[in-house]
Amino acid sequence: MSTVTQPINPAKLVARQQLALQDADWLRWSLIAIAVSFISLFICLPLGLVIVKALSKGVEAYWEALSQPDTLAAIKLTLLTAAVTVPLNTVFGVAAAWAITRFEFKGKSLLTTLIDLPFSVSPVISGLIFVLLFGAEGWFGDWLIAHDVKIIFAASGIILATVFITFPFVARQLIPLMQEMGSQEEEAALSLGASGWKTFCAVTLPNIKWALLYGVLLCNARAMGEFGAVSVVSGHIRGLTNTLPLHVEVNYNEYNIVGAFAGASILAGLAVVTLVLKTALEWQQAKR
Amino acid sequence: MSILLSNISKNFGTFAALDQINLEIPEGELVALLGPSGCGKTTLLRIIAGLESADRGRVLISGQDRTDHDVSQRGIGFVFQHYALFRHMTVFENVAFGLRVKSRRERPSEAIIRKKVHDLLSLVQLDWLHDRYPDQLSGGQRQRIALARALAVEPAVLLLDEPFGALDASVRKDLRQWLRNLHHDLNVTSIFVTHDQEEAMEVASQVVVLNHGRIEQQGSPSDIYDHPANAFVSRFIGQTNIFDLDEQDSDWLQTAGLSNTHQKGKIVHVRPHDIVIEKSSANSDAFVTLKDWQHLGALIRVELVKTGANGPAASVYAEMPNDQFKRLHLNKGDKVDLRIRHAHWFH
Repeated sequence: MSTVTQPINPAKLVARQQLALQDADWLRWSLIAIAVSFISLFICLPLGLVIVKALSKGVEAYWEALSQPDTLAAIKLTLLTAAVTVPLNTVFGVAAAWAITRFEFKGKSLLTTLIDLPFSVSPVISGLIFVLLFGAEGWFGDWLIAHDVKIIFAASGIILATVFITFPFVARQLIPLMQEMGSQEEEAALSLGASGWKTFCAVTLPNIKWALLYGVLLCNARAMGEFGAVSVVSGHIRGLTNTLPLHVEVNYNEYNIVGAFAGASILAGLAVVTLVLKTALEWQQAKR
Repeated sequence: MSILLSNISKNFGTFAALDQINLEIPEGELVALLGPSGCGKTTLLRIIAGLESADRGRVLISGQDRTDHDVSQRGIGFVFQHYALFRHMTVFENVAFGLRVKSRRERPSEAIIRKKVHDLLSLVQLDWLHDRYPDQLSGGQRQRIALARALAVEPAVLLLDEPFGALDASVRKDLRQWLRNLHHDLNVTSIFVTHDQEEAMEVASQVVVLNHGRIEQQGSPSDIYDHPANAFVSRFIGQTNIFDLDEQDSDWLQTAGLSNTHQKGKIVHVRPHDIVIEKSSANSDAFVTLKDWQHLGALIRVELVKTGANGPAASVYAEMPNDQFKRLHLNKGDKVDLRIRHAHWFH
């Protein structure tokens, strides 16, 4: 489970420090030492170990593990899932944020709470919900079988579960920002004769673009990395319904260490790329 | 263009923000909607603009019913209290926005847009800022840009929501005069909302006083000041001494020059400049003493204390020109005679 917070701007944090609030040198250094060693021990070391393990039998074995048809299929499915999920949740997220910050309606606070639901329930339960709905024994099971539609143990189920899990990311980034901005600029655009769509494109979108990109990035990272919910609905069919995280687990359980860590290194690489992009975005935002 | 509002009502839940407002604004006027906060003046402005919809009633602009028109179709220009400039656009692009979003058929050519925007920026005397972004401008500059932006679409009516509310006192003074002059040059029917009676009296040609979602009075500034329709308007516009009368008061009122025969109600409002004071002889039975005074530029405000035969002491304020006060040779604690030249009576 993860929570979404506002991007941190390091420059601001330092600027706020005042002389009177500065601690003794020994305290400062020991706090820094604790933080650095904690990060090294629990984050850098494991991440490094992924690479070391993946390359433990040489680069060739690593490449071979990666070029297995099952691995390629897992990478493909992961990318497909992200490619469908992220645009969908971007649209949903913008629409939800718009509805919540721009309109007054009954059940608004309920909707705001529901947006957080995927964060607050265990991903396994999220997966189970879809099995209960679309599985052979589920509510729509008979109908789906009769019409030969496969959702559970198929890519569509994985995508559904991922959409559910990653729904909050974009909306949660936008809602506080749009609340803070208010709707006066949009009202001004409307009063100048702009249509609703034009107002959105020319006024709203430029104002929310950084937060939106940030939300999309987080949504993408989670869509590629989601394990729990996907694991329940996938069925772990090799080459068909294994996403990259599932592929890693299957290999690991079969003591195929190089295969498992080669897959893990791809995921870790994606995480690093995400972090770099995220930092670049924050830097952009801080510059403005 | 003229504006006609008929029977406008608006409720927020059970709270009646506007209660059957009927208002006619002739073409070319500069009208102030004046009232305390929560009186419904901003809601009324937003209903005229189409940013808010009324529960009942019609909005007519130049004789045409625009009640069901969208804000983008009403032909109004709206200036917001906090400017609402597009923060990611330059000053030039802000002003050009209304022209650029016109449909292809109505959109002027780039050269015409360019000329028009520069003309407008010259009108608000800020052409030299055309390539700046809003956050590089001062509050007064932003408000003038917002005004130029609203004027770019040649609105039939200009609506301003507390246009000087977020500005420094000195900037506000300048901008008031400037807006008045601008309106004189352009002559576009304009309505502005304010809670500052001084601002309304100084800028507007017509003042509409609102309270609790109803119109208390409409008229020229002098009309409203000299002939307030009720106690609320009298209290809200300018300064006034308020006396709640009972039977014992008839004596001192008579001494002050207001005889009982004139009594038309239980409450008397007296403007400070309608009170004349004179030093009374040392052993007189005068009931008013001078407590203190303050300089208000050309005027002196004198604080008097009226001690009644019974009941608590009450403060009374009088205003007079500096030299007149000097001629009286008054000191703190002196007894004075008091004369009321003019008063308003209310029930």
